[in-house]
Amino acid sequence: MSPELGHFALTLAFGLALAGAVLPLWGAARGDGRLVALAPPLALGQFLLVALAFASLMQAFILSDFSVLAVVQNSHTEKPLLYKIAGVWGNHEGSLVLWVLILSFFATLVAFLGRSLPGSFKARVLGVQAMIASGFLLFMLATSNPFQRLDPAPLQGRGLNPLLQDPGLAFHPPLLYLGYVGFSVAFSFAVAALIEGRVGPAWARWMRPWVLVAWMALTAGIALGSWWAYYELGWGGWWFWDPVENASFMPWLAGTALLHSAIVVEKRDALKRWTILLAILTFSLSLLGTFLVRSGVLTSVHAFAVDPARGVFILGLLALAIGGSLLLYGWRASTLEPGGLFAAVSRESALVVNNMLLSVAAAIVFIGTLYPLFLDLVSGEKISVGAPYYARIFVPLMMVLLLALGFGPLLSWKRGKLGRAARLLRPALVLALMAVPLAWAIYGAGPVMAFLGFALAVWLVAAVLVEWAERVRLFRVPPGASLARARGLPRRHYGMALAHLGLAVTIFGITASETWTAERLAVMAPGDTEHVGAFDFRFEGVRPVVGPNYTAIRGRFRVTRDGAPVVDLLPEERTFTAPPMTTTEAAIHPLVSGDLYAVIGEAAGEGRWSVRLYMKPLVSWIWLGALIMILGGGLSLSDRRLRVGAPSRARRSAAFLPAE
Amino acid sequence: MRPIHFLPVAAFLLIVGAFSWYLFSGEDPRVIPSALIDKPVPEFELPALTADIPGLSSADLATGRVVLVNVFASWCAPCRIEHPFLSALAADGVPVYGIAYKDAPEDTRAFLAELGNPYERIGVDHDGRVGIDLGVYGVPETYVISGDGRIRHKHVGPILPTNEDEIRAAIRAAETAS
Repeated sequence: MSPELGHFALTLAFGLALAGAVLPLWGAARGDGRLVALAPPLALGQFLLVALAFASLMQAFILSDFSVLAVVQNSHTEKPLLYKIAGVWGNHEGSLVLWVLILSFFATLVAFLGRSLPGSFKARVLGVQAMIASGFLLFMLATSNPFQRLDPAPLQGRGLNPLLQDPGLAFHPPLLYLGYVGFSVAFSFAVAALIEGRVGPAWARWMRPWVLVAWMALTAGIALGSWWAYYELGWGGWWFWDPVENASFMPWLAGTALLHSAIVVEKRDALKRWTILLAILTFSLSLLGTFLVRSGVLTSVHAFAVDPARGVFILGLLALAIGGSLLLYGWRASTLEPGGLFAAVSRESALVVNNMLLSVAAAIVFIGTLYPLFLDLVSGEKISVGAPYYARIFVPLMMVLLLALGFGPLLSWKRGKLGRAARLLRPALVLALMAVPLAWAIYGAGPVMAFLGFALAVWLVAAVLVEWAERVRLFRVPPGASLARARGLPRRHYGMALAHLGLAVTIFGITASETWTAERLAVMAPGDTEHVGAFDFRFEGVRPVVGPNYTAIRGRFRVTRDGAPVVDLLPEERTFTAPPMTTTEAAIHPLVSGDLYAVIGEAAGEGRWSVRLYMKPLVSWIWLGALIMILGGGLSLSDRRLRVGAPSRARRSAAFLPAE
Repeated sequence: MRPIHFLPVAAFLLIVGAFSWYLFSGEDPRVIPSALIDKPVPEFELPALTADIPGLSSADLATGRVVLVNVFASWCAPCRIEHPFLSALAADGVPVYGIAYKDAPEDTRAFLAELGNPYERIGVDHDGRVGIDLGVYGVPETYVISGDGRIRHKHVGPILPTNEDEIRAAIRAAETAS
């Protein structure tokens, strides 16, 4: 395979995408079955061609073909194989190829897994997917050719930022993209439904697995990125509210809302317009996330020179995709008849509260991210919005969400009884109140918000258990009957419970680590001891070590607690040669109670070193919680009633008639 | 069709309008306007780097002639690139003063010993304190200061042949402004 072959495959894929964007939609509108039937093979062909292009780009990276510009700029012969591969998507051009690859992969999945979808509806979904793909393939071919050749070819590449040479970061972008692009399926379903003018429970049931997959991938991607920041940047921080992080967090918030509002459509045939709008907005935010960050609009001095032609192209593409779909929404939304009615207190309204809070949260992040830009437009002032803004608005909002989350699953559909839910939740309230003195006893004094956070996390765990106990009628029927009921509960129910528990675990981690982290910045000589929290860090000195493409200084800290040895921490400061750069490798030892975290800094003369030592209580719970949320999503996804092609087909087609 | 359903697309158009304005306004998002344009230089007094080059204080900037104040550092690669052009301006008779920003004095001395010294005065801003007062965003930055000690122009990034005209025009404007 040569780079030209890859370039040629991309061009052909663009041709197929164009055909796929026009013919099936035309066929569906005209009722021409032959054109409708073209959609799946076109999607498959496009996927195979983009995969070929991706493979040939990967080959160029693995073989270090320095006649390809992208390889020169992002790779190096001395780099380990894993990072040569990660280099494929570690740059603008290559990441676009990956983006389109995932997009066409999802389209192909829809084409061949969605057997129960009515033909014309599927053709429209695939048509919309192909429209998105053709836009981005054109963008690639016109402004960002990943196969750009370089003549004469240099002997060595310029390497990849060593900070980025890390397994966590190698898989961070693909997961994020899987999430971003996964929401394109929800978007296509929404646009196709608007074109057909029909949305029903079946529509939501078809769409929800795709939203779940995208949501799981995005959760994993965000968690991995924040974990990477935590252990690699050496400051012990895990979330910085910078525009790039916010860009992934906004679609996550909107996608979480979509996940919940789709349930209402599925169960009660209500909230249809809102769900459609949310599906469009979620993918729009994903597009913003992937591309606005690169377009030069949002960038500051920290970004490298950006080609303005790309910015204009991307802005045009985004305007077309988002503006077009919103225009369609404005035009067609009134054709979607509202379905089931519900009382002010009901599961539906609890989910509406969930949606409102999550959308407001997304709006807050959106405003915080773009406000500096708008302020500059209006007054020429340059500011940046930092963590205090988010802490002040975001945290109270999430607290209300957690409080409401306890009630939601206990309310019945259509008409719920708040009094009954409150009565059932009494033990949860008691446990939550007991958590406050408990947290005080363990960690000592702290701000009110911290204790509130702890109480709410306990509240959530207890509420999940109460809800489960209520479903299986624990202690009210014989244990055997309860067990049978527990077995009978659908998997998606356990998925929900697990995801909510995961959220509680994350809240524990955030609250404890943000409030009660013990921190020491010190200059230590070998033999010195520092007390950090309940632990003693004894500095044993440093020695040089050699890695595959770096040299390093490795410090040794012997950590003890009340004289009993705990662990030896070995933080490093690595110096890379290509490109020349130093990175810190924090030494982290996770304990159940929290992480021991040590960073070795610069030599301070006379054998002394500046060091940073932390004890971060429960910090790993943040990512453990994310993992539990993902498992919850997976469990929900494995529910056979969500699986495509599972029984109850007859009922589905009754609820959603094909257009022909 | 109901008008309210067009609300999302209207909001979106508003946002797109703002973005396009930003993108097409020709304004480089990397240019950071200084809040101090046409304002007097903030008070400061910086120690000298060596015995033979005097230090720099705000009083030295209000002596009736137009001067350039260049914020530089030995660790800054673009400073090396702009160095010959800065030297050419100095050779043309434009007084150039330097502020050594967050740099170890021995490193600054080595930098100047290697490349030559275009600066009439150099103030050592070791902790970056004056940089904060001046609103230094990144190194290098160059300020054009008129004879009455007011900042007339701020240039972010290195001085290169491509933007030499901009600097010279700013110097002429500063000469008439005071």
